[in-house]
Amino acid sequence: MIQVKNLTKAYGPHLAVDNISFRVEEGEIVGFLGPNGAGKSTTMRILTCFMPATSGSATVAGYDVFTQSMEVRRRIGYLPEGNPIYPEMRVREFLNFRGKLRGMGRPEREAAIKRVTDRCWLGEFIDRPIGQLSKGMRQRVGLADALLHDPPVLILDEPTVGLDPTQIRETRKLISDLARRHTIILSSHILPEVEATCQRMIIIAGGKIRASGPISEVRERIKGVSRLIAEIKGPKAEVESAVRKISGVKTVDGAAVEGWNRLRIETDGHDVRENVAEVAAKNNWPLRELRLEVGSLEEYFVQITAEAMAERKRYTAAVA
Amino acid sequence: MAANTLATEGVTARERSSLQGSAPQTSDAASSQGSGGASAMVAMTQRELASLFYSPIAYVVGFIFLVVTGYIFVTDTLEPGSEASMRSLFEWMAYLLVFAVPILTMRSVAEEFSSGAIEMLMTAPVSDGAVILGKFFGTLLFYIALLATTIPHLILMTVYAQPIFSVVLVSYLGMILLGALFISVGLFASSCTRHQLLSAIIAIAILSLLTFGADRLAERGGTLAIRSFGAYVNILGHFSDFAKGILDTGSLIFFVSGTVFFLFLATKVLESRRWR
Repeated sequence: MIQVKNLTKAYGPHLAVDNISFRVEEGEIVGFLGPNGAGKSTTMRILTCFMPATSGSATVAGYDVFTQSMEVRRRIGYLPEGNPIYPEMRVREFLNFRGKLRGMGRPEREAAIKRVTDRCWLGEFIDRPIGQLSKGMRQRVGLADALLHDPPVLILDEPTVGLDPTQIRETRKLISDLARRHTIILSSHILPEVEATCQRMIIIAGGKIRASGPISEVRERIKGVSRLIAEIKGPKAEVESAVRKISGVKTVDGAAVEGWNRLRIETDGHDVRENVAEVAAKNNWPLRELRLEVGSLEEYFVQITAEAMAERKRYTAAVA
Repeated sequence: MAANTLATEGVTARERSSLQGSAPQTSDAASSQGSGGASAMVAMTQRELASLFYSPIAYVVGFIFLVVTGYIFVTDTLEPGSEASMRSLFEWMAYLLVFAVPILTMRSVAEEFSSGAIEMLMTAPVSDGAVILGKFFGTLLFYIALLATTIPHLILMTVYAQPIFSVVLVSYLGMILLGALFISVGLFASSCTRHQLLSAIIAIAILSLLTFGADRLAERGGTLAIRSFGAYVNILGHFSDFAKGILDTGSLIFFVSGTVFFLFLATKVLESRRWR
């Protein structure tokens, strides 16, 4: 449905998007994850035909975003970041205007407005000026606008930013409901958000794709960097060297806690809990804790983005 | 495919053909939604007109317009012995419009940029030309509504004198053409910047050059060529024909082509801003 190939966008010497490629299949819901300024919005703006890429290509529903821009725009519902909508207009007036802009006739428009206001819980606010609405309500108006022409593709830039927890939950649910009928790309700098709503994630930092794949797969990858925590009573040096001998163990870091040896064991990805228990039993060392500390996505995310920052710093230093 | 759809390799031939194959299917749905050209332009016109009626600035401009036209009418046209036409009123108004129109148009495009709403506009299936034309017609309609407030003066004039209606009609046509040209200059200035005040200043500068500046050039220019150039680009010179009731084809073409030229420039500027 969406295909991006070697896309690059430069603002002067600064590369906002640096040679990224990805595909999104029909009906998929994909999350763009990355810190602020990572290139998420720029990518979305290129996909929605707001700005042209410096190089590379992108197609939406088989149409090129640059040469067949009108066809692409008809098929996309876009919620821009910050959701800028005319404050002086009333909700109905705004949606009516947007429907007319999209060339919808009056009956079609009325039906569409009814549908999206129901969907986005806007019914009672329909005759209120947008300027008087709260940020969350305005966000819903933006979402209603994106859904107005029932587009096959939805591109949502930070759809839940500025919402309160209840609204966030409602919006996430709405997005999950929509996923059945639309192909969706959404961006966020909040990880649980992507975890909760998306099937697949693309982690972007410094304009490059750092990691991508189904959520479960990315999580699996993170398990590789997980640690084992064990608390064993016994002579410190002996315990540590015995554990270190287990195959698959990379490093062992011991500390004394209330007379116990608290070991942080890093492995090459193997689960060595059984072996640790065996070693303890064989030496008659009491064992009171043995658990796998799964690295959180958060940690992984921080690690990836830190790498990107360092890389950018090196690059700027090299240029200067 | 599902797990590795993010693969960075190129598309296979099969995928490409399936992508292209799916395109015509969906284009039927699109054509039922209209071309997006004319209806989008009408939508833009309505929205621009509505936003002018919402804007306090338009009311301020309207108020000043009414006060000044009323004052000029009473002190100048309504004096015994003066000409029974809209000429002196409209010639005064032309001066006023050099400043009033840029204030009407200054927010038009600039505000879309400063609020970020341009992003929603330019990602809808609307061409840049339709955006500019819609804004042009919306502002022109507002201007015509302002102009219509001089009709009571005309009625009052018929009570005391017999104005020649063909002359009056031509002078109104001149006012509309003048307004259209000024508005197109204003829209061009407004699409150049996101700052409303700057846009007003740019428009006033351009219009002053094409009126007062050109007038000065026509009078004081060094050579005949410079003087005749000054006389040609002087908007007020062309306008005074209309105000006198003379329908001159050359002046008509001047106004229409000038308007088209600045609307074209505005569209190109809007287009070019995507690249920045």
